[in-house]
Amino acid sequence: MNWMAVASIYRSEMGRFFRTLLQSFLSPVLSTSLYFVVFGAAIGSRIDQVEGIAYGAFIVPGLIMLSVMTQSISNASFGIYFPKFIGTVYELLSAPVNFLEIVLGYVGAAATKALFIGLVILGTASLFVDLSIAHPGAMVLFLVLTCLSFSLLGFIIGIWARNFEQLQLVPLLIVTPLVFLGGSFYSISMLPPIWQKITLFNPVVYLISGFRWSFFGTSDVPVVTSLLAIGGFTCLCLAVIWWIFKTGWRIRS
Amino acid sequence: MSAILSIRDLRKTYEGGFEALKGASLEIEEGEILALLGPNGAGKTTLISTVCGITTPTSGSVTVGGHDIAQEFRAARRLIGLVPQEINLEPFETVWNSVRFSRGLFGKPRNDALLEDILKKLSLWDKRRSQIKELSGGMKRRVLIAKALSHEPRILFLDEPTAGVDVELRKDMWEVVRELKAAGVTIILTTHYIEEAEAIADRVGVITKGQILLVEDKVALMARMGQKQLEVQLSEPIEAIPQALSSYGLVLAREGRSLIYSYDIRAERTGITALLNDVAGAGLVLADVVTRQSSLEDIFVGLVAGEQA
Repeated sequence: MNWMAVASIYRSEMGRFFRTLLQSFLSPVLSTSLYFVVFGAAIGSRIDQVEGIAYGAFIVPGLIMLSVMTQSISNASFGIYFPKFIGTVYELLSAPVNFLEIVLGYVGAAATKALFIGLVILGTASLFVDLSIAHPGAMVLFLVLTCLSFSLLGFIIGIWARNFEQLQLVPLLIVTPLVFLGGSFYSISMLPPIWQKITLFNPVVYLISGFRWSFFGTSDVPVVTSLLAIGGFTCLCLAVIWWIFKTGWRIRS
Repeated sequence: MSAILSIRDLRKTYEGGFEALKGASLEIEEGEILALLGPNGAGKTTLISTVCGITTPTSGSVTVGGHDIAQEFRAARRLIGLVPQEINLEPFETVWNSVRFSRGLFGKPRNDALLEDILKKLSLWDKRRSQIKELSGGMKRRVLIAKALSHEPRILFLDEPTAGVDVELRKDMWEVVRELKAAGVTIILTTHYIEEAEAIADRVGVITKGQILLVEDKVALMARMGQKQLEVQLSEPIEAIPQALSSYGLVLAREGRSLIYSYDIRAERTGITALLNDVAGAGLVLADVVTRQSSLEDIFVGLVAGEQA
């Protein structure tokens, strides 16, 4: 393993994050605050508790997941798309590094950024609502695994994309709807029975459910199922990336 | 000396069906400077990209320092530094971080003293904290060179390094190239400026239509292919070459105002003295005498034209 290369890629990617630290920090704080004003105070005051949890607190795990997933994808996809776009990818391709090292560097940095933003949102949320975390260890595990797996997905999107429009397409058309319909702001038990069945095909449901369980001890689907889902998703992404580098798809002519 | 880079029957057909390399073979000795000349689209960049790992060959083999570029890609790539033709740099990165990144990427431990030395030689030291987008085009090219040198390569590829570069940078660059050669680094450069190849290369390779036409010692090539011409300009035009001068193989030019005599520069006797005596003996009055030697450019143009004919 060329750990020096992994560290170099990681450091360089984190450098981009620190150059825009203020935006990176402010935008999640601001958007979370807005969600709390709208959903927590304005609408939330008219909604009863959900599964015995105050609505304001109930949406916190969903909000964190929403941001962490979208941030992971956008960070990782941009991270690998940008070198392709400006041509600096030549250096990666001609360096003594294999796919795992490139992925560790880029995905590691993207996941770190997303994790940071997730924690910032958690901190911001705790200013608005009373939060207690039932299983802190599991909470961290779910958060880290989500950051990693969605950064892997973002990495694939970044390699697949041929232009900036495509870079935005998958997050906009697929991921955002899946996240919004994945129980970020509601419990799936609130849905009509037929939709409760359909929604189980949405992989995001398992992540949000598991994450919410780590806060409140209640979940829509069993926690083990959530863990298996996220583990399986991570393995799938890794397999796709392994294939990409083996064949050179869209990176090596 | 032994071959540090060995390219055997390398073929590359791109997805669209374009055959960029049609069985190129090349052996490069350690420590030499090889200039690769060829018209646009000849396959120069594809050849370099394939050796460096950016392009996957369709068939053929390449070994770098004895390491196969596919089987032992790490060992092979560690030996290679690449200065690409296009200015591909992350615009928001500082010069220092960009160079440091390259060194790390190649698995070399941090060595600030070495990077400082490289940046100073390339007149980049004062700019080390500048973001790359603030630099001029020439400065950016220097950064590309610094990045390639940062991991102490044994082979340096310079793909059209002086295209659109000012005189100052060109001078600095050749100074660096000379120093690298003195340190035993093998250098392969492609260039459109044939006079550069003429000035700096040990051997010259000519590539056209995806094939390497020839690789030869520069001096030997120029001597073998080189011809010298003597043009005798006359004060009065003549209709035909006088009988007395028929043995010289002269060509009448400029509407009868010039006699062109071609001779071999390596020959012991060039026959110039005899010719000039006979010209005077034939009653012709000389206005001027001019000599010309074919340059590498003439040789190159001749070769490529011959191939395309």
